[in-house]
Amino acid sequence: MGGLVYFSSGSGNTARFVERLGLPATRLPLRGDAVPPVMTDAFVLICPTYADGEGRGAVAKPVIRFLNVEANRSLLRGVIASGNRNFGETFAMAGQVIARKCNVPVLYRFELAGTDTDIARVRDGLQTFWGTRCLTPA
Amino acid sequence: MKDITHTRPVPRAINWNRLQDDKDLEIWNRLTANFWLPEKVPLSNDIQSWSQLTEDEQTLTIRVFTGLTLLDTIQNTVGAPALMPDAQTPHEEAVLTNIAFMEAVHARSYSSVFSTLCQTAQVDEAFRWSVENEHLQAKSRLILDEYDATSDPLRKKIASVFLESFLFYSGFYLPMHWSSRARLTNTADLIRLIIRDEAIHGYYIGYKFQRAQERLTEGERAELKEFAFGLIFDLYDIEARYTEQLYDPLGLSEDVKAFLHYNANKALQNLGFEALFPEEACRVNPAIMAALSPGSDENHDFFSGSGSSYVIGKTVATEDDDWDF
Repeated sequence: MGGLVYFSSGSGNTARFVERLGLPATRLPLRGDAVPPVMTDAFVLICPTYADGEGRGAVAKPVIRFLNVEANRSLLRGVIASGNRNFGETFAMAGQVIARKCNVPVLYRFELAGTDTDIARVRDGLQTFWGTRCLTPA
Repeated sequence: MKDITHTRPVPRAINWNRLQDDKDLEIWNRLTANFWLPEKVPLSNDIQSWSQLTEDEQTLTIRVFTGLTLLDTIQNTVGAPALMPDAQTPHEEAVLTNIAFMEAVHARSYSSVFSTLCQTAQVDEAFRWSVENEHLQAKSRLILDEYDATSDPLRKKIASVFLESFLFYSGFYLPMHWSSRARLTNTADLIRLIIRDEAIHGYYIGYKFQRAQERLTEGERAELKEFAFGLIFDLYDIEARYTEQLYDPLGLSEDVKAFLHYNANKALQNLGFEALFPEEACRVNPAIMAALSPGSDENHDFFSGSGSSYVIGKTVATEDDDWDF
């Protein structure tokens, strides 16, 4: 199975989701000015959404900084995005933005820290996803 | 020089270029970018739709909106100001003033709906009803007891998150229900703006709760958690009765309760707690979810396998210069 990278701000919703997922994962630094990790294996990114009403600023700065590293971008295989359905059309929009920029699929979307169903679906989904694809970059 | 005892220290001028907590600026920017006024929404386009509701449906709608007005009034004049003395940074205080003001905008919006759609006599009756309604008064009382100045700062935050992220939803259900039937769709647009704001308020206050809690002992944290779950149980009890009283005639009470369970769990998540209601109790009517986030389910995701294909994002607004691969 490939790797998992996630961003979680001080609210800790995504961190709690990843903790319940029980899979090894790399947490991105909280601040945008910190040096991002450089990945060496294929991975899926879990990313919350911070968009305003117009959809601006959906992706957190540390995630942008991380994906600006070419090596990281080339190993990204998919994105799982979170958010809050209260934000209507911009719900989990970070997933769409990253998917479009990096040409990868949005694998799943969940709200806040996720439900038990979300956890089960992502666990199963990741297993199937990695099981059906070649882990080495094209 | 005369020896004068100053009881009130002069605050320091706020410097937004020196942050102690980045979240303050993040939320300030989001709230100010989302600023709106009810005049932005063409409510008069709902006049015809309103006239097609039965008298009972109209009465229910006005009552639900006066109930929401009361919660916004409380948060505007008591709730958000009560959190200010506990603020850990000057920027947090500034964000709370924004929250307080937007609650006044929300409360004012319902009056715009009333003046556009309703008869004065109907509205006056509903405001009288809100004063006399035991459930509405009881939930307000429970929250206000926690907002008391002598209350623990963290208990105030818990009460505030429950108001923002849970108590509104017995009311928000109705305009989403009408909207799902193509009724009062402009009013629903206005309510969605309020729902968006309340989500940020609940998130931010819940975040500040979690930060403050980090400084407590495990025993104190356990005590607060027990208090939080006790309070949401008590509030739910009142909400269930309020819901039945309002929605039983339309046969919608069970549908509304699923929406309450779903939102109660989200309120708890804002505070960093786990869900209370089991998922089978949170299956919200898909029509209500679609009214809440129109368009958000057009793109099917990969794991759910709900669509014939997943979509790799549509064109969306991004503004970051460094987002240029």
